[in-house]
Amino acid sequence: MSDTKNRIWVFIEQENGVAHPVSWELLGAAQKLAHDLPDASVEGVLLGQNVRGIADEAFRYGASRVYLIDDPALAYYRNRPYSFGISNVVKKYAPNIFLVGATSLGRDLASSIATRVRTGLTADCTELAIDKEKKILAATRPTFGGNLMATILCKTARPQMTTVRPRVLPTPKPADVPVAGEVISEPLGMTEAEVGTVLLNFIPSEEEESIEYADVVVAGGRGMGSPKGFGLLKELADALGGVVGASRPAVDAGWISYAHQVGQTGKTIRPKLYIAAGISGAIQHRVGVSGSDFILAINNDPNAPIFGIADFGIVGDVFQVVPELTKQIAAGDQPLATSH
Amino acid sequence: MADRPIHIVVAIKQVPDTSNVRINPQTGTLIREGVPAILNPYEVHALELAVRLKEQHGGKVTVITMGPPAAVEALRECVEQGADRGILVSDRKFAAADTLATSYVVATAIEAIHKEDPVDLLLFGKQAIDGDTAQVGPGVATRLNVPLITYAVKVEKFDPENRTAIIHRKVERGVEILQTTLPALLTVEKEIAEVQRAPLPNIIRAAQYQPEMWTASAPVAFDVAQIGIKGSPTIVGSAGTPPLKKAGAKVTASEKGVAETVKMALAEVRRVKGEG
Repeated sequence: MSDTKNRIWVFIEQENGVAHPVSWELLGAAQKLAHDLPDASVEGVLLGQNVRGIADEAFRYGASRVYLIDDPALAYYRNRPYSFGISNVVKKYAPNIFLVGATSLGRDLASSIATRVRTGLTADCTELAIDKEKKILAATRPTFGGNLMATILCKTARPQMTTVRPRVLPTPKPADVPVAGEVISEPLGMTEAEVGTVLLNFIPSEEEESIEYADVVVAGGRGMGSPKGFGLLKELADALGGVVGASRPAVDAGWISYAHQVGQTGKTIRPKLYIAAGISGAIQHRVGVSGSDFILAINNDPNAPIFGIADFGIVGDVFQVVPELTKQIAAGDQPLATSH
Repeated sequence: MADRPIHIVVAIKQVPDTSNVRINPQTGTLIREGVPAILNPYEVHALELAVRLKEQHGGKVTVITMGPPAAVEALRECVEQGADRGILVSDRKFAAADTLATSYVVATAIEAIHKEDPVDLLLFGKQAIDGDTAQVGPGVATRLNVPLITYAVKVEKFDPENRTAIIHRKVERGVEILQTTLPALLTVEKEIAEVQRAPLPNIIRAAQYQPEMWTASAPVAFDVAQIGIKGSPTIVGSAGTPPLKKAGAKVTASEKGVAETVKMALAEVRRVKGEG
């Protein structure tokens, strides 16, 4: 299969037959990269059991071809059969670039594939570009706890692999009508007996609103003072039809659970409206919310770093400003943030 | 019937305490001076799990690290916490290794340990707090061809006699309960074991403990093509501070009044959203 095509691959992550949206975010990024590479083609890799239908979704998001391994041993994610199957397909079709979502599944998987095919892998990238001169992937990622951004290059080994966290990249608009594409079926080449691990049970976490894909996030930090302070935020979030988030200090203090943590150490978010109340804004937090359309920050310290990225900053007491926001929004007839 | 003695290998890393890291704003590089080196926090918990399992089943805990000579301090800390044997794999030839080269060295060293003293369980932290890549553990499991369980939060059952274990693994949507064959490799979250204070005899032993020093050539001859810069496909092209969104207006509530300030803020949200 050694043609000259610059194949840009995206891992189409799915669980229980439902694709993870990060797959579409990556297809969007792959299409951008394809503009800067000669003779490039954007392609997906899909594994699972009875998941052929997801390939059609991938075509609508810009993949021209999907490599499919459909096997009972892939009914749920396990590192060994997934990494084994994909590595064989990588060796056969020799992609130039391979993008994987930095979910817990994707991070587990990508490092095993990179090891099997002996190539470089850059984790948790926040920016992808093609180096104009060298025509190779320039993958930028935070390091040292988010204090430093490093651009990583993979000079000769192929594919150039990276993982990208959900919501770091925008979601592209899919085609409204079905798009034709090519499905290449490949065998897994591993039996259940060779896998080594078996899922005995799954305990779903308590129903919690996902902050990752919410349009409006109202987050609180140490300045909210107590779990009680978060009650005020909940009222504001309800008035806006949004969800409650928190900074790391508030989570560490035990005021709210980790599932609500916003920032690089928690969830990266890009809502239409982000309200940061009593959050000073450590670099990890600012990087994790910088993709928001509009940031409204409230803090009594005029020098709080959060103001450096706020579209609108209010220097003031959160216990006065937040209830006033709730009041005015509840009274207003114009919807906020839902307009596009 | 008494269990046969078990052997657990814990792979650790000495890291700069990233909560104390500062950046030179002119050069965009890290200021390393004065930043304390610590044992990667996740590995403190990995080691604690190993020590607990050793207490229950009898046996031995070996700790291995690749790093500069100063990493002996991290190994002494591990002995203090209950490790029996510490190995520092250190050589200038290993310098500038990326995760692929690192996983080669660690996997090859563990293979050598396993040959003389078979290993039942391999433990890694879920990631190191300096690079945050979470790649070396999965890389080593792949190279050694053992089952990998990342983000482990609990060992429900550990049965070395029948070479099987039941492990809880945290994922986004909940907790997976997995049965695995042994030996297996786990990368662990902090919940895996609560750290207890080290007993006095351990502290005394650790103070005098001299870890074994392995180089690139002895007792294991590493393949020079797979170590250091040569064995690392990735390079750092450039580094800098993160680019962020630009700031807009800032209004002081006590000057304008709370109600008026909030009104201005909401008008601004509507204006910007209207444009979009």
